[in-house]
Amino acid sequence: MARSRPELNAGSMADIAFLLLIFFLVTTTMDVDVGITRMLPPPIDPNAPEPPPVRERNVFVVLVDRHDRLMVEGQITSVDRLKEQTKNFLLNPTNDPTMPEKRIQEIPHLGEMEVSRGVISLQNDRNTSYEMYIAVQNELAAAINEIRDDVSKEHFGIEFSELRDQELIDAVRTAVPMAISEAEPKDIGGR
Amino acid sequence: MGRFKKDSKGGTPKISTASLPDIIFMLLFFFMVTTTLRETQLFVRTQLPMATEVQTLERKSLVSNIYIGPPFQTRVFGTEPRIQLQDQFATVDDIAAFISAEREARAEAERPLMTTSLKVDRETTMGIVTDVKQELRQVNALRINYSTARGERPGSGRR
Repeated sequence: MARSRPELNAGSMADIAFLLLIFFLVTTTMDVDVGITRMLPPPIDPNAPEPPPVRERNVFVVLVDRHDRLMVEGQITSVDRLKEQTKNFLLNPTNDPTMPEKRIQEIPHLGEMEVSRGVISLQNDRNTSYEMYIAVQNELAAAINEIRDDVSKEHFGIEFSELRDQELIDAVRTAVPMAISEAEPKDIGGR
Repeated sequence: MGRFKKDSKGGTPKISTASLPDIIFMLLFFFMVTTTLRETQLFVRTQLPMATEVQTLERKSLVSNIYIGPPFQTRVFGTEPRIQLQDQFATVDDIAAFISAEREARAEAERPLMTTSLKVDRETTMGIVTDVKQELRQVNALRINYSTARGERPGSGRR
């Protein structure tokens, strides 16, 4: 018969583990980094030739002034209506001659698509609040994402964010480009 | 015939606490895996704005952070928004050196994938942000991420 061994007291083990746990809770952060990713335009080469001017009908001017007021195509509007206006501009469902042209383009996996040539031009003042700027960026991104969702659903049956195949993602991205151009900084209406 | 032995001693039986450390360790490992170590001490307030159309930054090792916001110690540093790079206050002119140092620290193949994350307080004005963006353009750090919190903007539908 084996002699019964003395039992190890494991009571303090919990305390040690608790100590470690609390240490990690204090020194770490839980949040994941999320945000709106954008590509900045490359620096201007002074020797480069002037780019060809974009036709006026293809430009969607979004202007945020120093008092956080929003102006779209010369008319005062609100952030809530910005998404609808942007979608309407990019899609141009009635083929309005004052709205952007469309170009027929052959895209792999999608076939022939009408690609809008519209460009969103975002201008802001130095005194615009960052919160308003992000709100506007968010609405513009929402408009483009919704159009991409529609294209993706029509062709692949699922939403754009659920696409996993990089080729399909690139196809939808080509069909609905993220055409947001930020103007060279300038003061609108002084300081 | 067996008989049930009656517990001769009264009182409550001892609960084994041997599994308690295991439970705590499990919690510990959970937190160790899901969280990241805080690497910098912030001197500026960065209360991020809300946005719904957000992407997650996948590879933390390729992200360099630029913090912009009003300093915490307003008596010493004032209330004007300041730029913080790593552990110290900086000016717009320091960004070029910061970006090239960050580039040097990464492998050659990964440099084009580097992202600059702008953690900007929501009450900052765009002037300082524009200056930072112009500086980033000059040094060809073109991939940027406006860091936001995920969620609906409070008071949307107000204006």
